[in-house]
Amino acid sequence: MTVSRRSDNLAVVPAYNEAATIEAVVASIREARTDFDVLVVDDGSTDATSELAERAGALVLRLPFNLGIGGAVQAGFTFALEHRYERMVQVDADGQHLPHEIQVLAQAMDANPALDMVCGSRFITDTGYPAPISRRTGIHIFAFLLSRIVGQRVSDPTSGFRLYNRRGIALFARDYPHDYPEVEAVLMVHHHRLRMVEVPVEMRERGGGMSSITSGKSAYYMIKVLLALFVGLARRRPVPVPGEDAPVAAGHGI
Amino acid sequence: MDVRLRVVALAAILALFLVVLDLVRRRKLLERYALLWLFSALALIGLAAWGGLLSGVATAIGVVAPANALFVVAIGFILVLLLHFSIAVSRLTDQAKILAQRLALLEQRQRRLEDEGEEEEADRDYVSDRVSD
Repeated sequence: MTVSRRSDNLAVVPAYNEAATIEAVVASIREARTDFDVLVVDDGSTDATSELAERAGALVLRLPFNLGIGGAVQAGFTFALEHRYERMVQVDADGQHLPHEIQVLAQAMDANPALDMVCGSRFITDTGYPAPISRRTGIHIFAFLLSRIVGQRVSDPTSGFRLYNRRGIALFARDYPHDYPEVEAVLMVHHHRLRMVEVPVEMRERGGGMSSITSGKSAYYMIKVLLALFVGLARRRPVPVPGEDAPVAAGHGI
Repeated sequence: MDVRLRVVALAAILALFLVVLDLVRRRKLLERYALLWLFSALALIGLAAWGGLLSGVATAIGVVAPANALFVVAIGFILVLLLHFSIAVSRLTDQAKILAQRLALLEQRQRRLEDEGEEEEADRDYVSDRVSD
């Protein structure tokens, strides 16, 4: 236990050059949820994201260079594991996720303690979320594939608005996908026989900054995530469990 | 292109393709580095399997023997892959440098904090010695 930990729950906010919105996001989480510590993972920002987050009262992890969204969020999982938080929620730094909706995720987990991950979904009921058609198509393709693979309806596989319990935290602290990680994370949850559920939430349009997924890159990411999905299917056990070889090992010869 | 050569080329590229996939499966190769390999392999498989396409490419780049066109294209992919790795190595070098610098700063800070802690302890001992005297 360390001095920095004040409560049993942690809100992780990955942020890359989000100076425009980070202060308001941290403040609104702290206001809506006094039972959550707020950790901002500054993913190598070149603007004042860290300073503003600290000023707003968040704990701040400053990554020495940009790791990408997966690496930043995994730093949050590792922090949560190390400091023994009971629950962790991920909230985006652009103001897209509404802090008062954390309650919706928490209630679902309270209602069923066997759940390891609760995802906020924009598409269970029509919340009128304004996403460009190309983006929607990508999301729906992943939703279709994942739903069939995991045998459970997954409507919003790219949503980062998720609540995890200690088992979820432990799994993803060990291994979390690199970029566009949310889709693969659903598959990992399934492979490890953890339980997840989606609950309907509202999301706002981005408050500022740029989405990490621009239209030019989205085709590349789609192909990469599809590759990861299909290769992931061929993995007997997609991540190392305790007692297995280390995830990054020297190997023989090379 | 000679049928035997075509079969050998196809088999070799297919083996490469499968090895890359298996490396990704065993988590020895990240998707981001596998994609270029897979794309190159797919393009070469297409060229080796579809003779018309290969002849077309050969004519277009002014190579007499289609088999040589396959080598030219393969060398082209190898060059792109090498450049890709040089870029990746440069990035890793930069990151390693930054990590080393941050680690040095962190160690220095840790030592300073430890020294300060020891000094405080020494001060406290000194005071309590004097009080007990």
